[in-house]
Amino acid sequence: MGRVVLVTGVASTFASRFAHRLAHLGDDSGIDRVVGIDTILPTGDLDGVKFVRADVRTPVVGKVIAVEDVDTVVHLDVGPPTRGRSSAAKELNVIGTMQLLAACQRSSTVGKFVLGSSTAVYGTSPRDPAMFTESLLARGGVRSGFPKDIVEVESYVRGFSRRRPDVIITTLRGAQILHPDIETPIHRYFTNPVLPTAMGFDPRLQFLHLDDALNVLAEAVLHDRPGTFNVAGDGVVTLSQAARRLGRPIVPLLPIGFAVASRRMIRTMGSDISPDLHRLLQYGRVVDTSALRDIFGYDLNWTSQETFEEFRATVKPGILATLGGRTS
Amino acid sequence: MSDEKRPIGTSGTPGRGNRSTSPSAAARALGGAQPVKRPVTKVKKATPPPAKAAPAKTTAKKPPPAKKAATKKAATKKAAPQAPPRLRAVTDEDAAAAAAAAAEEAARRTRTAGAAPLSAGIPLDEIVVAIVQAAQRVLGTDWEARIATLLATIRRRLDGDYEIDEFGFDPQITEVFTAAIEPLAEKWFRLEVRGIENIPAEGGALLVANHSGTVPIDGLITGYAVKKYANRNLRPLGADLVFSLPFVGQIARKVGATLACTEDAERLLTTGELAGVWPEGFKGIGKPFAERYKLQRFGRGGFVSSAMRAQVPIVPVSIVGAEEIYPLVGNVPSLARLLGLPYLPITPFFPLLGPLGMIPLPSKWIIEFGEPIRTDAYEPESADDPMLLFNVTDQVRETIQQTLYGLLVERGNAFF
Repeated sequence: MGRVVLVTGVASTFASRFAHRLAHLGDDSGIDRVVGIDTILPTGDLDGVKFVRADVRTPVVGKVIAVEDVDTVVHLDVGPPTRGRSSAAKELNVIGTMQLLAACQRSSTVGKFVLGSSTAVYGTSPRDPAMFTESLLARGGVRSGFPKDIVEVESYVRGFSRRRPDVIITTLRGAQILHPDIETPIHRYFTNPVLPTAMGFDPRLQFLHLDDALNVLAEAVLHDRPGTFNVAGDGVVTLSQAARRLGRPIVPLLPIGFAVASRRMIRTMGSDISPDLHRLLQYGRVVDTSALRDIFGYDLNWTSQETFEEFRATVKPGILATLGGRTS
Repeated sequence: MSDEKRPIGTSGTPGRGNRSTSPSAAARALGGAQPVKRPVTKVKKATPPPAKAAPAKTTAKKPPPAKKAATKKAATKKAAPQAPPRLRAVTDEDAAAAAAAAAEEAARRTRTAGAAPLSAGIPLDEIVVAIVQAAQRVLGTDWEARIATLLATIRRRLDGDYEIDEFGFDPQITEVFTAAIEPLAEKWFRLEVRGIENIPAEGGALLVANHSGTVPIDGLITGYAVKKYANRNLRPLGADLVFSLPFVGQIARKVGATLACTEDAERLLTTGELAGVWPEGFKGIGKPFAERYKLQRFGRGGFVSSAMRAQVPIVPVSIVGAEEIYPLVGNVPSLARLLGLPYLPITPFFPLLGPLGMIPLPSKWIIEFGEPIRTDAYEPESADDPMLLFNVTDQVRETIQQTLYGLLVERGNAFF
């Protein structure tokens, strides 16, 4: 009898790609069935994935786990709010995780839980060390918004691991994915014609390639890799460097009131900026991925620079693109 | 007589000019014989290339319109044999030389005839030669290659095509920065560096220095000395205030600084970098001028444990001269607390002279790199032994303090 994997939040492009990939791994993977769950209908290709329209914030999810005999849960329904206020996202992130964990705790079949967390759990502040390892705690910037949510989500998962020590728990703290198909806050930010930045700050950023993200998650599902791991492309790209590569001019705004000013400016350009992104754009964040390489056993194929370069090739060059003599 | 008494500008004697509609005779003489009008035709006639100007000699009084020069080849050939004073055989070279001479004379005439200043300026080829010579003088004989490299570098910078490490260290910016600091260090502070051989040529080491001077310029100068004389990049460990300030934090990261915390220190040291730490912190740079060269408490000895875990030597660095650059005579603690700063300095010149008071006083500097204190004799686990840490910390502190006293005696007067 094969395994049954439950993937939450499959309506998002990334989760639906992951579910699709799991479903097409072939028979040697031992995966019998992939069940996707979300409140809205997925837009992506979900061929081979059994879609259940249900809300993870309700006890229905327990019934789904029981009916489908789910043994592995991949929780990807945690993410930063893409637009608007963050109260709805908080509801989904925190309450959804609580209900899902409650259902898993009751279930006798669940033997593995994979959490798609975020490096936002480390917060962002000027007191940050140059690189975060998994054992370090946030030093600031986790008092509100998505960073606060993700800290709470991880603490619930740790509580679950205490109550169910027999369940293998893998927490993957991923940097923001930069890929033309995947909508992330940083992706939306870089598509603006001019980029508002905090004057006098040049944050170091890291990006994660879609392939690496999918590979690491699949690895965690197929093999037993308990623990917490950072997942981000090696190396860093500073914001000024990224803007120059894109050929987009940066507009320095005063650091005081940067959040409000940048949101207003980006809305004027007809786009929107996610809440909580402004802190990242001021101080940046870099994580250490040596644990992923040494303990988890996965070598990242893409550095942050390469990820960014691939992304750059797919977007329209900015108005300053000819300045450096770049033609394409 | 009576003419001269007229007020200026009331159209007196002819040639005086009234300053508004007609120029004075002197102004006309400066401008040339003809009144300064029809500048378009002047420019046209002023710019014929040397070969074109050859026919101009034959009709020297009235320079030809540009169209006439269209027949320049034929005209040159014709004009050269016609030249009456030349009696010897005319070769092609002679023709060319004559054409050139004619051109020059024509150019001179047009110059004296009050042509537009465009033609009267320095010829283009002389400008080019001057530029080339200047480039050679500034950049050396291989100036072409160097300029090409420079332009390529600038283009890559504009393109974002450069690498930085995880700490945000940018080697190119650092080189520019070092070059910019050089005059300050060498000419203004008359820096003297001793014991540079105590910095290991490769591998990690922790430089521990005294801190002074109200503004941490000693960190910059130490970084410059290490880069210039030992050709290694110093990675300073800075307080978190540095990284929360706009511009300061950004530049600090680019020249290799990072936050002074055990994680960063150990990461730098284990990867074989040269880290620099000023364990006195704000207590050191913010101490009053009366307490100069008296070392404050050396933190909590965290730097020793980092060096022990990484098994790298500790190099004590004694900096003399930084105390005098901004003599701190007062402090405004209440205002400093309001601004979130550790202290708000008052120097003899600072608030008094405004921005002028921010110029550091030209004290004489001596930086001595002491003999390395090895930590690899201890086990890495002994980094958790507080008594050992205190002992090693005191040893480093005493070494620096004694060296400071010695250097002060040797230096004599602080400024001369």
